[in-house]
Amino acid sequence: MLCNECKEKPATVHLIQVFNGQKTESHLCEECASQKGGLLLDQTNKFSIPNLLGGMFGSIYNVQGMPTLTRSSQCPNCGMSFTDIKQAGKLGCSECYKVYEQELEASLRRIHGNSQHLGKIPVRGGEKVRIKKQIEELKNRLQEAVRQEEYEKAAQIRDTLKEMESKLS
Amino acid sequence: MSINDIVNSSYVKWMDSSEGNRDIVISSRVRLARNLSQIPFPHLLNQVNGEKCLEQIKNAWHNTPGPVLASMDMMTFDQLSALERLILAEKHLCSPGHADSNSSLRGILANDDGSLSVMINEEDHLRMQCLLPGLQLKECYARVQELDDEFEQNLDYAFDENRGYLTACPTNVGTGMRASVMVHLPAIHMTGQLNYILHNIDQMGLAVRGLYGEGSEPVGNFFQISNQITLGQTEEDICNYLQTVTEQVVEQESLLREKLQRDMKYQLEDKIGRAYGILSNARIIASDEALTLFSDVRLGVDMQILKGISLFSLNELMVEVRPAHLQKLGGLEMDVVERDIKRASVIKEKLTVVQ
Repeated sequence: MLCNECKEKPATVHLIQVFNGQKTESHLCEECASQKGGLLLDQTNKFSIPNLLGGMFGSIYNVQGMPTLTRSSQCPNCGMSFTDIKQAGKLGCSECYKVYEQELEASLRRIHGNSQHLGKIPVRGGEKVRIKKQIEELKNRLQEAVRQEEYEKAAQIRDTLKEMESKLS
Repeated sequence: MSINDIVNSSYVKWMDSSEGNRDIVISSRVRLARNLSQIPFPHLLNQVNGEKCLEQIKNAWHNTPGPVLASMDMMTFDQLSALERLILAEKHLCSPGHADSNSSLRGILANDDGSLSVMINEEDHLRMQCLLPGLQLKECYARVQELDDEFEQNLDYAFDENRGYLTACPTNVGTGMRASVMVHLPAIHMTGQLNYILHNIDQMGLAVRGLYGEGSEPVGNFFQISNQITLGQTEEDICNYLQTVTEQVVEQESLLREKLQRDMKYQLEDKIGRAYGILSNARIIASDEALTLFSDVRLGVDMQILKGISLFSLNELMVEVRPAHLQKLGGLEMDVVERDIKRASVIKEKLTVVQ
């Protein structure tokens, strides 16, 4: 079998990735495989958990057309750079999620197929989030009421909505 | 009862087999990962921040009026010996990796029967779990959620409205929840269906691991099935999904057990009888061999081919034959052969007493 990339040399590295039930196979020659990241060939830096986790942040394969995810900045709270995070396979603190929000977006989608939390919201610190969710729900109900031509009900909902929105500001 | 009592007792709640159908699903577990806002995650913790983190957790444990935290005991790992910490890991109250360190910044909280426990400063600041016998995922979630609510009254959790509960590793972010079941699938294995079933479970986005979770190899037909995705699904959805898949696996295992009984009665009884014979007569036995034979004996008990042995004593045995438990029983430090001899005598005693 010839290498999928250069289509010249024999494929000696066979990579099977299963993600969310989707299986992809690539057959590469050593040279192309090492250009793709060297994870499997670099003898000094063997296949390890941090490497594997670091891969989730996009360090192992530079997918074509994706911007290179490197920035020299550090998290002001814990001092971790994005390179540190990629190496450790872990973030440094809660603030890293804000500092590296953009970089993380793609990784989270890759891991979870999603990047928006839908579950439990804590009572403390989660009040605003809860109000926002309630406002969303009220807006939907308002639309529904207008559609059904229930104007009295719609006016009530609108008043509650205003009240909720004033709580946010 | 304190954490020391749990170390000294052979019983923890998940071993209980008295209620309902507990044969194929041995236990259920729901774990929540939580971190404190602003404080660096455990892998970056220095002494100063670590003490600050521990202090906040201790205060929350002391000062929260709720009944759940009040029922729990707390110890840091400098107060427990390496052997005691390993015993807690073998009982599934903390991870083997957590038990490795004697750091004063690490610790554990546990309630009387070990159904609730919290690892302090493992990969995340808090990892709380509820571990119950049989298939009880919803009950596990309800109980661990109560604990979470009590903690939250006095702790500022790291939470983001888009990303949910923030964790050290992005594989846990969102709900921070890992739900898992421990299942025993001997008939699926004997009938050559194992790879097919495991492959299907994997395709459904669930992970299959060994008895001691991440990094442990499956032995003796005991498997842990857990969710992988933590972001973009609600806690209830995660529980329901795992519950549904588990029920299907259980149904398949039950059907194949009936088939074995029908088509291969003598071979099955022979295998189970031989396993019992070896376990109750061996003088030296290694851990993996014991677990493999436990699987056959357990199947015999489930199918009422072997009588007079309780699932509880088999659950107890699965933990009692682990290295740290044997070490504790034996007193002095033992080498591998001495441990294998001790293991054989513990098994023989237990199986002949109940028979």
